[in-house]
Amino acid sequence: MSQKLLEVEGLTTGFRTQAGQVVPVLRNVSLEMQRGETLGLVGESGCGKTTFGMTLLGHLRPGGQVIAGSVRFEGVDLFGLAPDELANIRGQRVAVIPQSASSALTPTMRVGEQIAEVLTLHLGLAGTELQERVLELLTQVHLPKVDELVRRFPHELSGGQLQRVAIAMGLAGKPELLVLDEPTTGLDVTTQAHILDLLREIQESTGTAMLYISHDMGAIARVCDRLAVMYAGEIVEDGGIAEVFADPVHPYTRGLLGSVPRLSYAGLPRAMAGRPPAPGEDSVGCAFVPRCAFADETCKTIDPALEPTSRAGTLPHLVQCHHWQRVVASGHSGQMRDLKVGIDQGVQPEPLLDLAEVDITYAKRGLAALVARWRGEPEPPMTVSSFTIRIHRGETLALVGESGSGKSTIARAIAGLLPPREGRIDFGGQDLASVVESRPAEMHRKIQIIFQNPDASLNPRHTVKQILDAPLRLYFDMDQKGRLDRSGALLEEVRLTPRYLERHPGQMSGGEKQRVAVARAFAAEPDLVLCDEVTSALDVSVQAAVLELLAGLQADRGAAYLFISHDLAVVRAIADRVAVLYQGRICEVGPVADIYAPPYHPYTETLLAAAPDPAPGARAQLLAKDVQEAEPPVRGCCFQRRCPRRIGSICDDETPPSQFAAAGHVIRCHIPLEELRESQVDLISPSSVATHGVAVDAQ
Amino acid sequence: MSVVPTRLAQSLGWFAQVWRSLRRSRQGTIGLVIVIVHMFIAVASPYIVPYAHHDIDGKNRLAAPSADHPFGTDSFGRDLFTRVLLGGRAAIGVALLAAAIAVLWGGLLGILLAFIGGRVDEVVMRLVDALLAIPGLLVVLLIVVALGTGFSVLILTLGYAYGVSTVRVARGAALSFVASDFITAARARGERKTNIVLRELIPNLLDVLLVEYVMRASWALTAISSLSYLGFGIAPPTPDWGRMVFENQVMLAVSPWGTLFPVFALASLIIGINLAGDALSKAIGLDRSQEAPT
Repeated sequence: MSQKLLEVEGLTTGFRTQAGQVVPVLRNVSLEMQRGETLGLVGESGCGKTTFGMTLLGHLRPGGQVIAGSVRFEGVDLFGLAPDELANIRGQRVAVIPQSASSALTPTMRVGEQIAEVLTLHLGLAGTELQERVLELLTQVHLPKVDELVRRFPHELSGGQLQRVAIAMGLAGKPELLVLDEPTTGLDVTTQAHILDLLREIQESTGTAMLYISHDMGAIARVCDRLAVMYAGEIVEDGGIAEVFADPVHPYTRGLLGSVPRLSYAGLPRAMAGRPPAPGEDSVGCAFVPRCAFADETCKTIDPALEPTSRAGTLPHLVQCHHWQRVVASGHSGQMRDLKVGIDQGVQPEPLLDLAEVDITYAKRGLAALVARWRGEPEPPMTVSSFTIRIHRGETLALVGESGSGKSTIARAIAGLLPPREGRIDFGGQDLASVVESRPAEMHRKIQIIFQNPDASLNPRHTVKQILDAPLRLYFDMDQKGRLDRSGALLEEVRLTPRYLERHPGQMSGGEKQRVAVARAFAAEPDLVLCDEVTSALDVSVQAAVLELLAGLQADRGAAYLFISHDLAVVRAIADRVAVLYQGRICEVGPVADIYAPPYHPYTETLLAAAPDPAPGARAQLLAKDVQEAEPPVRGCCFQRRCPRRIGSICDDETPPSQFAAAGHVIRCHIPLEELRESQVDLISPSSVATHGVAVDAQ
Repeated sequence: MSVVPTRLAQSLGWFAQVWRSLRRSRQGTIGLVIVIVHMFIAVASPYIVPYAHHDIDGKNRLAAPSADHPFGTDSFGRDLFTRVLLGGRAAIGVALLAAAIAVLWGGLLGILLAFIGGRVDEVVMRLVDALLAIPGLLVVLLIVVALGTGFSVLILTLGYAYGVSTVRVARGAALSFVASDFITAARARGERKTNIVLRELIPNLLDVLLVEYVMRASWALTAISSLSYLGFGIAPPTPDWGRMVFENQVMLAVSPWGTLFPVFALASLIIGINLAGDALSKAIGLDRSQEAPT
């Protein structure tokens, strides 16, 4: 058993282009894993993480080939195996847990049967033994009512439950190595916390080794003992998680860690310039040179090797950098933050947008609603109910909540895309028509939207020039030349060059596309920009850059943001005020500093506890179950069904009162503030207090 | 004005890409060659045929291919080579125009329905369903019988019949874009509806409509040939492949040439269009296999 579980040696894979050139994807990757080890693999998208993970199953994408090196699993070279021998290893001894369980499970097959299939195939189980093992596996991943659950189809389960089923399937063959490819990406924070907890527990109880591929530093810190950083198909740093987190040695690792927004720092994360090279965009020397502050002539000519740093630690610490000693000596730990310039508290803020008692529903209207009423069906509760909020000129108001909390619904109502059933929307003292088509052009100009996914929000058939031309043509009396010049200037403002004018969205990276979307919104010179999860589809490094850009533009242009996000750390970095939403109802609203300190609304508390700062060994507190509620309760508190601090039937029957914890800080809960204050602890690290102090002074 | 060269360059780039992809597929290349040869013949045949299509060589009736008559002659002694070369012109012309009309009105209506949605969409689509329930050729026959055969009647009738099914295809393709964020963005921006359809929606559907046009043209060609065969299509004396098959089939046992050559000409063109169309849709990224001819 002393033998290493996995030895990857000098692995280089690639694909052949039509011109016959071989383009390397993974480059000279060497990595070892011991039995029972949990290794996190991080890097931006396009760095080869998934490609590497799949080679551990002896799999290459169609057209891919091994150019050099080997992947040895328990001493056996996977790429030297015959297909049937490989099939024996896959799924049984090495299993993969995919990112999207919903697309990995067969939609027409019952969940129990899908797990049974794996057991029959790899372990030859049958009969009652098989049935028992299926139930045992589902119990192991903490799924409720397993007897009933085995007969369900995938579409009848929630995202978190599906991911648990996928994990149970991965465990079915009792594998020695689990490859997890972004297993919690796309899940709500509380669900994610539960899944990570489960993975840790499985690791402890079964001793299965795990390769955890993710761009989420927080998730990796909570599950893994060791961290490997991949850049441009190479491992650039490899070491114990505590060491790497505390003092990263490679400039790329520093950049990545620095770009992660933290709950405990009230500042913008530091963006890393540039983007990773695409395969084939080959250069001599170190691949990180164009983005590196430490690069010199040596780096441009000689490719550094992965070498031990000889630093003390529980695990060997390797780095691939010529100048790592200089990097360490620079003391630049990658965690310095720029504080966002907040709005001037001295001046009485001028209200810009007022939503008063807004109700929104997706329920049937007209004839269909009449029929439903005639049949005696109760009218479903409003998706968004009695929503009242004010946004001031130049401020950033964040809407936070899990999926289904009605954040985007509110943005759509403000934009006039989804008329509210009841309530009033006031913009700059004027009543705003509920339908966008009946609003004056000036209103269209003043309210702009930036969407989550620039792939969908930019017309793929248009050039950047056409995209930026649209708002200019609509709102301003400019000639062709003027509009073109303005478009170029806008691109400069979002740190792109006018060379991008002729490009199509398909010819740009995700970050560049989102910059164009930002430029399109600002072309209108808006008063209010609705930012709907604008960074959640982006890599952390790109997210940091977009946040920085938005903060900068706001400082220059004085536009107000309605910033919708599920990520409390991102919100902390950019928002002035925060409203926490659950099921379309406001739980808590207040200045950003107050939201992140007790007293919390129990829902805010649950969210904060579920997503601690990325730090080795950080454990999330699971205060509430990870259930997704289909619709809000008819009366009482919106959070009644999941609340960890429920006090009784009053929660079910009465709408909670608005309690003022501080000026402008409202908590809607039946529990008296004093009681909340006494029983709650500060969930973000103590350093936050100091940093926050700086933030206040800066203003 | 500078928008025009950009758009041109952009669409040229797109066409170049599609062209490369077409050429890469062997079937596509073969299909394309066949179609180009046919189109060349259709355009150039009046200048290259050795005889007039109504010239009668009384001494050589039902002759086998020879140096004078490369494809032989029919029962009147007319040169089959001449008639086969000329026989596609009318049908191809009618098919291309009919397909153009079909894609124009059907495509536009389909896109508008997808964009408008709601009750209008519901009602019109049920009507389209009802029309589609009647076999296409039957409708065409009825109209032609009622209004008489003439080029304009044929073109309009086929243009109508194929347009009905194009409505479905265009609506389906447009639906996937109508809900997308860039359309929502345009609405929120306050763009006029015509602008949203013309600037945002239609550019994304040109590829679908192009493939649709090619396939409708191929089916229209089959339909016209069938009509001509039945005597309701291209009227004599204009030479036409379908009609030639009808005229010469009784002599099949004596002299098969009059039937074989027009059939070969028609079949090769339709196979060519289909090969090229399949490769085109693949090059553009559509799959035509789910779409059935009507």
